[in-house]
Amino acid sequence: MDTDLAIRASGLTRVFDKKVAVDNVDLAIKQGEIYGFLGPNGAGKSTTIRMLVTLLSPTNGNAWVMGHSIHDDATKVRLSIGVALQDVALDEQQTGAELVRLQGRLYGLSSEEVSRRLAYLREIIDIGDALDRRIKTYSGGMKRRLDLAAALVHNPTVLFLDEPTAGLDPVSRMRVWEEIRKLNKELGVTIFLTTQYLEEADHLVDRVGIISQGRIVAEGTPAELKRKIGEDLVIIQTQNDVESVVAELRNVPKVGRIEARGKEIAIASADGSKIIGSVAVALHQAGIQVEQLTLRTPNLDDVFLEVTGNRMQKNNNHQGVKP
Amino acid sequence: MSKESSGYAIQARPAGFLHDLLSVAGRAVRAIPREPENLIPALLIPLFFFAVNVGALEGVSSFTGVTDYKAFQLPVAIIFAVTGVSRALALVTDITSGYFDRLLVSPINRWALLLGLMMADFALVLALSLPVLLLGLIVGVRFVTGILGVSVFLLLSGLWGLVYSGFPYAIALRTGNPAAVNTSFLLFLPFVFLTTVFLPMEALSGWLATFASYNPITYVLAGLRVLITDGWVIADLVYAFGAIVVVGSVSFSLAFTALRQRVKRN
Ligand SMILES: Nc1ncnc2c1ncn2[C@@H]1O[C@H](COP(=O)(O)OP(=O)(O)OP(=O)(O)O)[C@@H](O)[C@H]1O
Ligand SMILES: [Mg+2]
Repeated sequence: MDTDLAIRASGLTRVFDKKVAVDNVDLAIKQGEIYGFLGPNGAGKSTTIRMLVTLLSPTNGNAWVMGHSIHDDATKVRLSIGVALQDVALDEQQTGAELVRLQGRLYGLSSEEVSRRLAYLREIIDIGDALDRRIKTYSGGMKRRLDLAAALVHNPTVLFLDEPTAGLDPVSRMRVWEEIRKLNKELGVTIFLTTQYLEEADHLVDRVGIISQGRIVAEGTPAELKRKIGEDLVIIQTQNDVESVVAELRNVPKVGRIEARGKEIAIASADGSKIIGSVAVALHQAGIQVEQLTLRTPNLDDVFLEVTGNRMQKNNNHQGVKP
Repeated sequence: MSKESSGYAIQARPAGFLHDLLSVAGRAVRAIPREPENLIPALLIPLFFFAVNVGALEGVSSFTGVTDYKAFQLPVAIIFAVTGVSRALALVTDITSGYFDRLLVSPINRWALLLGLMMADFALVLALSLPVLLLGLIVGVRFVTGILGVSVFLLLSGLWGLVYSGFPYAIALRTGNPAAVNTSFLLFLPFVFLTTVFLPMEALSGWLATFASYNPITYVLAGLRVLITDGWVIADLVYAFGAIVVVGSVSFSLAFTALRQRVKRN
């Protein structure tokens, strides 16, 4: 077996009743890598994570975390991982500090060791004095950050984060990104995270796997995946009838693939800057009302559209800030 | 902060069964005073029953051959105090909140998840028996078996409370549903009323006598009573502990099967 792999999965499959939630997933994630699982609602992200962290048995296939089989060596797997599930998993009756301390004890830490970790985590999760208050008084964002701290008490080698920034405001989200990067850079923690946010994958991860309906449909570095689309995109937004605009555009020389995406039209071209002028002129001459004309390189959303035929999200506005 | 002081070198390791047990029990004990709304009825209801039963029935009790009705009622109040005391509802909250999953992804010993709670329950049950016992002593109940008898009395009640808690735990782990756990109290009602709560065995007749003779609480009550009024009647004490073992073997196998089912990764 490849010893430098932090996570390996082979034919991992989970069926609920008749529904195939995760379908024959293979993974090979190197130690020290940040790997992102990107997919829409119901794609099978959480189910995959629940199998990898030993909460759920695969219907078929197996996986290894730090070389330990999730099937036969669950305790060894549990000792090497930290987990923050999609929904925060906290006990509201305890104070934040009590919860973190208990967490440390369960991982065999001495009380002196737990104190050291608590002092460190208190700083990074930035919830100040609240750590000594009952968790039921926390805001949603504070709970999420405490949940992350609980996953980190015992210095895990591999960290699983299921949508770690869902529900966080832009500032908190960036702090979490920073912390993830820091854990990865300074301590070499391998990180497996899931996200529905394209830019999160784009900015944070070394490698991304796009999952759709339980299957990995594309995998690679964000740059590689974007290169697969291979071309620049000229995007036209118009109120006019999209079909007639597309018909107009077909007459413009050097124009490659044309795709209508709702009110948008995307033109793929090997060199976008060469055609954008003639496109603008052609549209103007045809009397078409153009609301926006942009030239950009493909992003992961385009990749997703390309490999699945669907858009990731109908509305990308709530994706937070760009760093 | 330096790498060393932030504890980067710290490595996770299995804490060991006993340690896990104490961690779970410690958390449960800490949680108890934080939910006074659950604690106060558990404290007041038995005292209330004791006062009402003694007040209403003491006058007529001599017809049934009970000479000291306060001594007769004290074990009943204790049974009321300890039966159904458990962390089963808190366990359901853990399951629904996902906190139970957080515990499950840790290397914690699976049995400790339930045994730790039961350990805390046992301590709580003993603590809840004390005020009832104290009230009994204040109104003049005396143990012919002395201090040792009082200890065995507390041990018997504590063990009864412990084995009974297997039922709500089984329901909690099986269903993960708070309403189902709450109704487990109904299970307890026929057992506690269809026994020698108000009258001694000799005064019961017909189907009630039959039911009472199969009811484990009858034997636990008898064991508790002899410690106060008759002395070290070994047969009664053996029956009392026997009843606890029988109930415990049923309730614990239900509870621990339910635990195994719950932690199985389906
Ligand atoms: N316990 C379960 N029982 C039955 N079906 C389930 C169960 N858990 C998940 N599923 C189904 O499996 C599929 C994948 O779900 P999963 O939670 O893994 O998706 P996801 O990618 O995490 O989605 P989201 O982004 O909404 O969290 C869904 O169709 C879901 O309905
Ligand atoms: Mg999910």
